Amino acid sequence: MQTNVLEYLEQTLPRVPDKVAFADDQTQLTFAQVSQNARAIGSALSADGLSGEPVVVFMEKSPAAINAFFGVIYAGCYYVPLDVEMPAFRIEMILEQLQPRAVLCDSVTEPQLAQFGYIGKTYLFDEIVKTPVNDAALAKIREKQLDIDPIYIVFTSGSTGVPKGIQACHRSVIDYIENLSETLGFNENTVFGNQTPLYFDACLKELYPTLKFGATTWLVPKQCFSFPIKLVEYLNAHQINTVCWVVSALTMISATGTFNTVKPETLHTVAFGSEVFPVKQFKLWRGVLPDAKFTNLYGPTEATGMSCYYHVEREFEDTEAIPIGKPFRNTGIILLDEDNNEAAYGEPGEICIRGTCLTMGYFGQPEKTAEVFTQNPLQKRYPELIYRTGDIAHYNADGDLVFVSRKDYQIKHMGHRIELGEIEINCGLFEGVESVGCIYDKVKGKIVLFYTGPAEKAALAAYLKQRLPRYMQPNRIRQIGTMPHTPNGKLDRKALTAMYEQEA
Amino acid sequence: MDEIRETIIGILQDLHEDVDFENETKLIDRKILDSFDIVTLISELTNEFDVTIPADRIVPENFNSADALAKMIAELEDE
Repeated sequence: MQTNVLEYLEQTLPRVPDKVAFADDQTQLTFAQVSQNARAIGSALSADGLSGEPVVVFMEKSPAAINAFFGVIYAGCYYVPLDVEMPAFRIEMILEQLQPRAVLCDSVTEPQLAQFGYIGKTYLFDEIVKTPVNDAALAKIREKQLDIDPIYIVFTSGSTGVPKGIQACHRSVIDYIENLSETLGFNENTVFGNQTPLYFDACLKELYPTLKFGATTWLVPKQCFSFPIKLVEYLNAHQINTVCWVVSALTMISATGTFNTVKPETLHTVAFGSEVFPVKQFKLWRGVLPDAKFTNLYGPTEATGMSCYYHVEREFEDTEAIPIGKPFRNTGIILLDEDNNEAAYGEPGEICIRGTCLTMGYFGQPEKTAEVFTQNPLQKRYPELIYRTGDIAHYNADGDLVFVSRKDYQIKHMGHRIELGEIEINCGLFEGVESVGCIYDKVKGKIVLFYTGPAEKAALAAYLKQRLPRYMQPNRIRQIGTMPHTPNGKLDRKALTAMYEQEA
Repeated sequence: MDEIRETIIGILQDLHEDVDFENETKLIDRKILDSFDIVTLISELTNEFDVTIPADRIVPENFNSADALAKMIAELEDE
């Protein structure tokens, strides 16, 4: 029985040592190189006494950064990807939480590290990979590793203003990769075009199936996602046949009539998720790729990657929503109503997930973890955890799950999950801001921030760029005289929404 | 043309309150606008001016400045 994600690499290596595993426009790493580098990194880290602890990978998005992840796992540690484009303040908060003793970086990121007040050891990727591999030491580490040991932490938006680190173990990732691969039909001929950043669990979809099957992943340059013709040309140039992208990346191509100029020639598998795919745009894709497999995916990071899938095979009306479908094999979904009973069939309930896919919860935050990883209320006889997603869904007539709404102020924006509360808290810290309210315009996909106080809009916007990641920046900032409140003193988001709608 | 330019600057200012869009001419080259912005901008321009921006116009040169954007919109309106 497989107990470690690195077994994917070790089993594939003798079959296709010289095949390219991970590539971008600058670098191509073969499976042999990936293995060599990862074992060198593992040898170096463990020789320095690191074991069972977080190791930060602070590198530009590149094949090398991916390679570093595997190196950290070889050392028996777990990787924490931080992105160069994350605002400094956020990186500081994350480092504060983790207190890491080691950071892997590259020549671009190394000089930036000093400003974060980091005092631990720093390893330059290009140097650490020159370390002689100590296979005996690595074998000893492996002997002691269990499949419940963590392999990564990814940070997501937290409503209290502090990002939450979600920690996942080998077993959950293996469970996910096996079932995702079966569902989407990955194999050794799969050529992935990666879009999602490496600091989220979204990239698991490409990283581990590449190791498992001896497939290839191309990291598509970020700038391509601004210019649709370039993007499709890139797919064709690298014979990319499989993409798992956010919906906006796909609709950007279809909505601008790109297909009149250039069509994807090798693409046969298109997975998307995190957002509603407008049926009108979907039909354009279906029209140009009639034989491709299109799959809607749904899942929270807390349940390792994705939890549900729906193969879009029938026709949809323009106003109809594409369902989120059914859970992957070995994943269970229960819909609970407000009284913790199973919702009647067809009625809305909170999506609660059970299974090996459940992550280990939030790093260093046991209370936060206990709020949402709870005993299954339907199970009275033995301990069984479920993860409460906060997403409301119901079953349709076909027995497929259909997403309805959120039960709190978490939103999905451009494929990212965001707590409006985190934006409000950060904005409230700016001098001259007296009160803050944030709403989300779902139709246009805009985060709208209202504030009172003498602060200047431009200065506030600049400040938020220092504090919040790009995808959490408000798209509209409005200074108002007084903040509306409900009779019991809570922020009145409905009144803000009405104010915003009047503008238009 | 001036009116178009002014409207475009308004839209851009909503994207980034802290950028001098009057004078900046390297919005793409200096990575001031990223793919988020481009997607937003296209949908806003499409709604505001009731034009369709075809994919072959969505190239870096047309998005580097307010002037370049205004020129593109003016041409699309004439077509």
